[in-house]
Amino acid sequence: MTTTWIVLGATSAMARPLIRDLAAHGAVMYLAGRDMAELEKLAADCRIAGAPEAHTVKFDARDASNYAEIVHNLAATEGTLNAISFVGTMPEQSEIDASPDLIAGVVMDSMTGPATFLTRLAPVMEARGNGVIVGISSVAGDRGRLGNYVYGAAKAAFSTYLSGLRNRLGRSGVHVMTVKPGPVDTPMTFGKKMPFMTTPEAVAKDILRGIEKRRNVIYTAPIWRLVMAVITHIPEPVFKKMSF
Amino acid sequence: MSFSEIDYAGWGRALRAQGPVSRPESAADLAALPAAPAAGLRRSYGDAALNDGGQMIDMSRMNRLLAFAPETGDLTVEAGARIGEIAALMAPQGWLPAVMPGTGFATVGGCIGQDVHGKNHHVSGSFGAHVTAIDLIQPGGRVTTRPGEPLFRATCGGLGQTGLIASATIRLKRVPGDIMLVTEQRARGWDEHLALLDGSKASYCVGWIDATATGAAMGRGIVEEGEPARGIVKRRDTTSRVPMDAPHFALAAPIVHAFNWAYYHRVPARGRSVARPLGDFFFPLDRIHDWNRLYGQRGFHQFQCVVPLASAPALHDMLSEIAESGLASPLAVLKRMGPGRAGHLSFPMEGYTLAIDFPNREAARALIARLEDRTAEAGGRLYFAKDSLARGAQIRAMYPELPEWQEIVTDIDPEGRLTTDLIRRLNLRSAR
Repeated sequence: MTTTWIVLGATSAMARPLIRDLAAHGAVMYLAGRDMAELEKLAADCRIAGAPEAHTVKFDARDASNYAEIVHNLAATEGTLNAISFVGTMPEQSEIDASPDLIAGVVMDSMTGPATFLTRLAPVMEARGNGVIVGISSVAGDRGRLGNYVYGAAKAAFSTYLSGLRNRLGRSGVHVMTVKPGPVDTPMTFGKKMPFMTTPEAVAKDILRGIEKRRNVIYTAPIWRLVMAVITHIPEPVFKKMSF
Repeated sequence: MSFSEIDYAGWGRALRAQGPVSRPESAADLAALPAAPAAGLRRSYGDAALNDGGQMIDMSRMNRLLAFAPETGDLTVEAGARIGEIAALMAPQGWLPAVMPGTGFATVGGCIGQDVHGKNHHVSGSFGAHVTAIDLIQPGGRVTTRPGEPLFRATCGGLGQTGLIASATIRLKRVPGDIMLVTEQRARGWDEHLALLDGSKASYCVGWIDATATGAAMGRGIVEEGEPARGIVKRRDTTSRVPMDAPHFALAAPIVHAFNWAYYHRVPARGRSVARPLGDFFFPLDRIHDWNRLYGQRGFHQFQCVVPLASAPALHDMLSEIAESGLASPLAVLKRMGPGRAGHLSFPMEGYTLAIDFPNREAARALIARLEDRTAEAGGRLYFAKDSLARGAQIRAMYPELPEWQEIVTDIDPEGRLTTDLIRRLNLRSAR
């Protein structure tokens, strides 16, 4: 049976090893993002790696005008349909403090865009009664902190959205998994020393294992589940004085 | 495209560098970068991928497969694509890179820049013999070079000095499947070891050598021959990782002795044939991530030389000196090479090549210096991918085509913006 994946934010550094893996396992790929030239390259890579088909799709988290059309095309595929969203942007908190108008964009990229798309896709998957939706959220959404609380707030909203979507789609056999990465070795973090940094390759492995085991919420690196359990339990009067 | 100040090291970890490094993710990122030397996943042991105090471009994220033509087997990839990932993706489809070095983490750009060889060198020649096009970004602009051109010859084994390798087309070869049929035989001593290597008819052939054995057992080891095949074998899906730098006694003489004894006797006296996953045969050490940490914080050096067939007795004496010293590690390889070499500065020559790791200590450095002198006397050559200790004067005699190479390189990069620590240490870009 054919397995189809649509990947939102396919050109992100975190997405690439997972896309390669899915293609090598013979999935039909729909690669969605803004940079069409890069998407074409990724599609060629997928075809060589073993994907029977690889398509590029223009997807902008801030422009929902073509979402219905994308979903219409996906509805025409056969077999199992799956979706994963890597979209999101994180300007420095200091930039946001200087120009608060940036907040709208951050929320669009991390929450409004992917949630709008997935909500449109949900009935198609519900009708088929199978498939997986994976949403990349962030440990930053577990508690607002000094360094990135606007980004954290947008990701917290997305986590909450995914939790509700899981609640809705679970009853029709569609599985929704929330992924909360800590720092990952991407252009954003290159050259910085950060605690429990993981790699896009390791993230891909964790996601695939999570899907296989039908996990609801995974942390990657997995140690972040423990770290965030501690952080979320620090009493607010203490937490508000901390800076990390 | 931004640079970050980073501390980094060659694979041997004995040589280090510090400087601004940029890691492009896309063609647009790459196009925005200034001329600087490029590195892949830094599997060269010494300083070939180091530029202390200068800019460096890390190509490891430029790893897409761009095009494949099944009629010819021509695969075009970005330079950061790893040999191991290409093998893993293409072997199930019946294709394999025609030459694969001993680690799957080597990138295609690195394989070209060092004109690497594999366990099939005696049959298939070096990596460059299977490259059909190289796209270079030179200080003056972009250019594509193909076999037969002087620029192509200067680029294969050219240590990145003819321009940044952006992408390349390599011709894959047909294989029946993604497993290897491996025959392992004991060689009880030096003469038997050479005889087995000389007599091998296999496509892939390499000898592991017990560099601690002395007396009659001197030169003993295991000769491994392999043929690609189709079948089903159990695959390891886990890799281990060395979590920290090992203490300095981890590779002390008695431990290495015991390990080598066991490793030798693991193969029955009559020999054996087994089926193995491809990666286990070609990249045995890749199963242990960061194995270079086993040598501790001070790191290690690898000595690798090749000597002409007629100089086998000189190689025998070198191995004797190594065995007597008690300094060798278990990682030691002996192989018969064919004449194939694709560039002016390519390492291979018809003869025998010996590669041995040594922990980074004073006594080992002194031993390596003596081995380098013996290599020169034997009419042999040292390998830029491994070397971290040689001196420029020795190297000149080993690489007679250096002046031709220099002429081409000077034209391309007159200001020396692509030079690395290795180029400077060995004065490879200057007239003397």
